[in-house]
Amino acid sequence: MTLLDFARGPAMQWAFVIFGIGVAWRLVGMFLLLRDRAKARARRDAPVSDGTRAIIMRSVPPKELEHHIVFQHVSGYAWHIGFFVTILFFGPHMPFWKSILGFGWPTLPSEVITVVGAITIAVLIALLVRRLSHPVLRVISTADDYISVIVTILPLLTGLISYANIGFDKETNLALHLLSIVLVLVWFPFGKLMHLFLAFPTRYKAGADYGRKGVAA
Amino acid sequence: MARLETVGEALARQGVSRRAFLKFCAATTSLMALPPSMIPRVAAALEAARRPSVIWLSFQECTGCTESLTRSDSPTVEGLIFDVISLDYHHTLLAAAGEAAELDRKQAMEENWGNYLVVVDGSIPLGNPGYSTIAGISNVDMLQETVEGAAAVVAVGTCAAFGGIPHADPNPTGAVGVGEIVKDKPIINVSGCPPIPVAITGVLAQYLTFGQLPEMDELGRPKAFFGQSIHDRCYRRPFYDNGQFAESFDDEGARAGWCLFKLGCKGPITYNACATVKWNSGTSFPIEAGHPCLGCAEPNFWDKGGFYQPLSEVEWGGWTQLGTAAAAGAAIGAASALAARSKQKKAREEEA
Repeated sequence: MTLLDFARGPAMQWAFVIFGIGVAWRLVGMFLLLRDRAKARARRDAPVSDGTRAIIMRSVPPKELEHHIVFQHVSGYAWHIGFFVTILFFGPHMPFWKSILGFGWPTLPSEVITVVGAITIAVLIALLVRRLSHPVLRVISTADDYISVIVTILPLLTGLISYANIGFDKETNLALHLLSIVLVLVWFPFGKLMHLFLAFPTRYKAGADYGRKGVAA
Repeated sequence: MARLETVGEALARQGVSRRAFLKFCAATTSLMALPPSMIPRVAAALEAARRPSVIWLSFQECTGCTESLTRSDSPTVEGLIFDVISLDYHHTLLAAAGEAAELDRKQAMEENWGNYLVVVDGSIPLGNPGYSTIAGISNVDMLQETVEGAAAVVAVGTCAAFGGIPHADPNPTGAVGVGEIVKDKPIINVSGCPPIPVAITGVLAQYLTFGQLPEMDELGRPKAFFGQSIHDRCYRRPFYDNGQFAESFDDEGARAGWCLFKLGCKGPITYNACATVKWNSGTSFPIEAGHPCLGCAEPNFWDKGGFYQPLSEVEWGGWTQLGTAAAAGAAIGAASALAARSKQKKAREEEA
């Protein structure tokens, strides 16, 4: 069995098993640990609108902080968009999605994806360097932060290397690219990558809770 | 004695003009990635070279490799170069058979001891000596005996180079390539199913010209022919770059000649000269005919997933497996949450 066979077969299968177990474990565990409904009278009983408002409000920076966090704000959106454009709209990725979902969608020219991927890597590396060099950010960063960023960079980097066909031979490059995806799937449930599933529900829950707390003035 | 005739004399005798010969030398020099200044040296060396003795051993094979050379597009200079080597033994082409043919092989070995080339096509079965024999001699015994006095071994075709189709899972005969058996002689692997004729003649030309073997890759293949992937030299590469792919064999994309990656093309992981040298006098190659590359020049190409399975398609296990994993995860999550709640409740009761 070659490295590519291993990456496409057993490694990918086990990665999906670990991903499935881990994600369900964390989601069900967290859902069942939600606190019982507070007994105090609600200030406002509109959890849906409060929760939805929180999702929207926390997706844009508060006006008073806006000019302080332009870089984080723009770069955060930039690499997230770049990352999803790369994985969802690169033609050769489509057989991967089709093999899982059973359907596909139109893709973008490879040159466009190459540029987007390169920019995404550059932004992620800039954010990693900032995390390492910023005194406050460095103190509050945990191993999870570094691992999650590196695990996110690797598929983009190995994908670009595979496309450009530099370093190892194409087969090894492709195998390393697939193994980097295996790494994402395995790390996903246990690190901050889990925010893909948790970011919006937790914002909703926080918004709904804050909406009912306190008393009407 | 015919064996003392030079390549130049043999070509002239067969009606090859000086112009055609130099044209071949230029093409060969270019294919071998040598500078143009080497063309006169290649021509001079080839012209003066004595016809090397070649012993061709055919083991577990389909004769496709021999067909590739002898029926490719005759008469070509490449073919004639092949003709003018002193092919002292090739049991498919020999008129003699059995012990008479074996006598030829032994005689050629004795007369050219230390200088002859052994060309092998077909894999060698190690499972049982009786699986494949020639004149009652097992393939492995014949190979070991013949290479003893050889200058080098040329493994022609993927079967001889890496085991090929006989080596495919479950490999019932225990088939292996030459490199698994011969360890003390230089081996040049000219893989492909079949290999490109000019790759074989190119290797022979280099050997005749410089008296040494060509630069090889990590799989023992001449870099001049196996240095680049099919994908990198494919004329459909711009379609790959533009994200234009044929989705099926009869869609608009297929008719427009778009990239065959999604139809399972193994061009990106296959190193061979098909896209540049092509077949049938440079007419076309499989991708040009609308079929994905099968990756036949690579080891274990028969077992690398389906021929029509795209390289980026994965065997991820399916929704049932993922669902089972998720159900197991949910059970663990529920158990851990209930345990945590029970612990919290107990703590509250103790506080109260």
